[in-house]
Amino acid sequence: MAEKRTLLPVFTNGLLRENPVLRLVLGTCPALAVTTSVENGLGMGLAATFVLLGSNIAISLLRKVIPDRVRIPAFITIIAGFVSVVQMLLKAYLPALDKALGIFIPLIVVNCIILARAEMFASKNALLPSILDALGMGAGFTAALLSMGFLREILGNGTLLGAPIPVLQAGGTVEPILIFILPPGGFFVFGLLIALSQALSKRLDRRAAARAGAAGGTKGPEDPCAACGLCQGKGGDQG
Amino acid sequence: MRTMLIILFSAILVDNFVLSRFLGICPFLGVSKSLKTAMGMGFAVLFVLVLAAAITWPINRYLLEGFGIEFLRTLVFILVIAALVQLVETILKKMLPPLYKALGIYLPLITTNCAVLGLTILNIDNGYDFVQSLVNGAGVGLGFMLALFLFSGVRSRVDRADVPAFLKGLPITLVAASLVSLSFFGFKGLIERLFG
Repeated sequence: MAEKRTLLPVFTNGLLRENPVLRLVLGTCPALAVTTSVENGLGMGLAATFVLLGSNIAISLLRKVIPDRVRIPAFITIIAGFVSVVQMLLKAYLPALDKALGIFIPLIVVNCIILARAEMFASKNALLPSILDALGMGAGFTAALLSMGFLREILGNGTLLGAPIPVLQAGGTVEPILIFILPPGGFFVFGLLIALSQALSKRLDRRAAARAGAAGGTKGPEDPCAACGLCQGKGGDQG
Repeated sequence: MRTMLIILFSAILVDNFVLSRFLGICPFLGVSKSLKTAMGMGFAVLFVLVLAAAITWPINRYLLEGFGIEFLRTLVFILVIAALVQLVETILKKMLPPLYKALGIYLPLITTNCAVLGLTILNIDNGYDFVQSLVNGAGVGLGFMLALFLFSGVRSRVDRADVPAFLKGLPITLVAASLVSLSFFGFKGLIERLFG
């Protein structure tokens, strides 16, 4: 029971406080590119979660075997293996989603969230926390993609999960604003969601600080590099 | 020649990797704070893109297709790119110290730049031949540089502007990126008009 209590934050961390996309600003490319609809966002989120789970499990189990000096190439190889699995599964069972996500499925390999979790968490922690970490981070990633897809599909296409919403169709009360499913809309919605999550977690921090009676340092997303840590402070941030 | 020009211009302007395909967003947001780092990153990426295109094309044609093991493409390509980046870093350090000094800190970051892996996979998916792949790599690299160059200028203005508190920092940067991306829509019909 006591162990459970300490493990729960590992899972919930990824959802809001350390949401990989909105708070740590990792994995931005797929977050912007595939979220033109809820369905694609969900598909991408689940695919990445699967890879994250697989790689976290494998790396956590192998963490004492992999030599420290070649750990990054080893991690990349493991991740690429799981990505290939996802690629083949999608091609076989969900060809429509495979086509919609296109090049962004193989690009899960270079999704910084997965490598960052491998480097920062799975390579240092036991199996169970690593699994929870992968599920939490994956859920956070999926939630961020879902909310982007939700906003962009409703505003830009007037549909939800492919079903048209009458008021939002051409000729309805509000016409679909096409720009939201085009690239500029992606940047715009992403910016607003980050602003929202910043405001939200600032408020949560303030409330927590008020409750604790001490001012806790707020952790902003301004330094994604510190979160990723792959470049060891050599420069900018990567995803 | 015509196809080459079409590939080059569409990669730079119409299908700009950063602004309309969303590849390489992270360095785009990360190093666009100043013009100098933006250009350094731009050159380093251009360099690696062309090299990666040159190396992965024969590997795909003669190794992966030759032995019928295309399903290993993602795995092989990312390892080739990682090794390539490492190799370029070592060679530059020994042979061309000035260039290394200029590009050095950006090179290790490029392995996880999805533009590189994206380009090599797109080259194969589009069925480009060797020269077309190289031209596409150069075009994508130049497009990346152009986007970084323009955006670092926009960003230096935005950073000094008085924006609402809740948009400060990253959100306003993304809104600015949205506007720059919007401006690239002006190039949409370019290829049809020029070559069509």
